[in-house]
Amino acid sequence: MGLPDILFYIFAALTLLCGLLVVANPFSRSPVTSAMFLVLTIISLAGLFVLLNAFFLAAVQVIVYAGAVMVLFVFVIMLLDLKEEERRHIKAFGFVTGVVSVGIILSVFLKSIGSTAKLALPAAANASTAGESDTHALGMLLFTKYTLPFEVISVLLLVAMIGVITLSKKDLK
Amino acid sequence: MNWNFIIFSLVKLAVIVGVVQGLVAYSVLAERKISAWIQDRVGPNRTAPPFMKYVPVIGPFLTRLGMFQPLADGLKFLLKEDFTPAGVRKIYFWLAPALAVIPAMLTVAVIPFGSNLGAQKMVMADLNVGILYTFGIVSLGVYGIVLAGYAANSKYPFLGGIRSSAQMISYELSMGMSVIPVLMIVGNLNLSAIIGWQSTHGWLVFFSPLSFFIFLVASFAETNRLPFDLPEAETELVGGYHTEYSSMKFALFFLAEYSNMVSSAAMMVTLFFGGWTLPFWGLDQPATSLLLGVAHILVFMVKMLAFMVLFIWVRWMFPRFRYDQLMDLGWRRFLPLALFNILVTAIWMWLTAK
Repeated sequence: MGLPDILFYIFAALTLLCGLLVVANPFSRSPVTSAMFLVLTIISLAGLFVLLNAFFLAAVQVIVYAGAVMVLFVFVIMLLDLKEEERRHIKAFGFVTGVVSVGIILSVFLKSIGSTAKLALPAAANASTAGESDTHALGMLLFTKYTLPFEVISVLLLVAMIGVITLSKKDLK
Repeated sequence: MNWNFIIFSLVKLAVIVGVVQGLVAYSVLAERKISAWIQDRVGPNRTAPPFMKYVPVIGPFLTRLGMFQPLADGLKFLLKEDFTPAGVRKIYFWLAPALAVIPAMLTVAVIPFGSNLGAQKMVMADLNVGILYTFGIVSLGVYGIVLAGYAANSKYPFLGGIRSSAQMISYELSMGMSVIPVLMIVGNLNLSAIIGWQSTHGWLVFFSPLSFFIFLVASFAETNRLPFDLPEAETELVGGYHTEYSSMKFALFFLAEYSNMVSSAAMMVTLFFGGWTLPFWGLDQPATSLLLGVAHILVFMVKMLAFMVLFIWVRWMFPRFRYDQLMDLGWRRFLPLALFNILVTAIWMWLTAK
């Protein structure tokens, strides 16, 4: 077991542990603590990306999620001055929908893991050369093969942004 | 395991951390001396160890320059009582100063501060995504300040923390956008490659002066320096986010601010002013001898110190912005300007490509 393997297990364990502590922290019910554990989860995910030689994705993950989105989360939590959450009783409906959605996500993961297992070997062989200019390759793919999905996603974000502005403006003229 | 690599990396690490810490200590002194000159005062001029007065000529000269002041300041920070107020959130109160310092120290890792000494490249980690790494780490620096404001559990630090989170997010955006033309021109995210491009084509500040201007202003906002020091506005918020801190924990926030200054000065030199290169005296190619390698490091240091002086100078020449002015400037002036800059650069590159 080489150093990358050991690091993988460390980062994977950190990701899972921090992810768990975001939603079910036995020591603190403070929303800020949850947000900070979410930041740690994101950073350990970035570590996993680095181990996959996806340096660009790792950097973007940290810049966008840890550096911008989560700062806004913390900002809003602090601004609204949320007090410690009380322990809520879990409702039957919430429990059922939760289990169903987790089951669906798990099945998708299992399916995708099953389909990439065959590709694993050639991918690992290419990894050392692919790491050289993954940013370049990613840019080329985004603007040639995946142009349409890329543009659709950006339109989706635009729609969400306009929606937020409309909702937060009380009186529209 | 490559022991050679590990040993040389450790040596470089120790030297870089030592140099940055020394720079931080003496930039505080420079700040006090320059502010004194600007305000027609003398500045720190009498702190000295007792034996200094027996050293002829040099002793009094160094004392008058205040050369021993940083040592006395550091000692004082360490010896002061480390007081924890009653109502604070303990864990965050301890965590916040560390979270402020760690990103500030990590940013210098990717900056090439010289070409090479012997076979060793003078950069800690020559990452392919050097610039993105820096932005990622800088964007984490805001947590130290926000959590400090939150942990103190009192009004002024809280306001400081809220202000800083909004301010740093706003200006990070303009900062990121301002660098994009540079990346478009060079076509590489690696900082060594950017310096290499500049040594053949000329400094990037001449190709994209608007980028440099936006980057400069945004880095003032990111380091919470004076025209934008709203998070710690003394006249409004007592001390801002670090009001409740004392002793070494307080000093760590200072350390973070000045380390951020060092790293943004280094970034500006690297991105816009050719890094360790000079266009004349044959200093624009990687060093072939030890002497040239040392000269490159000195060139880098001189350029960086010039920016440090600029940072300090601006602090004592301009009044503070009002908060709405700050937000207006960030979102309605600099962001459109940066986008316009990207467009202009793209058109220019398209026209000159043929």
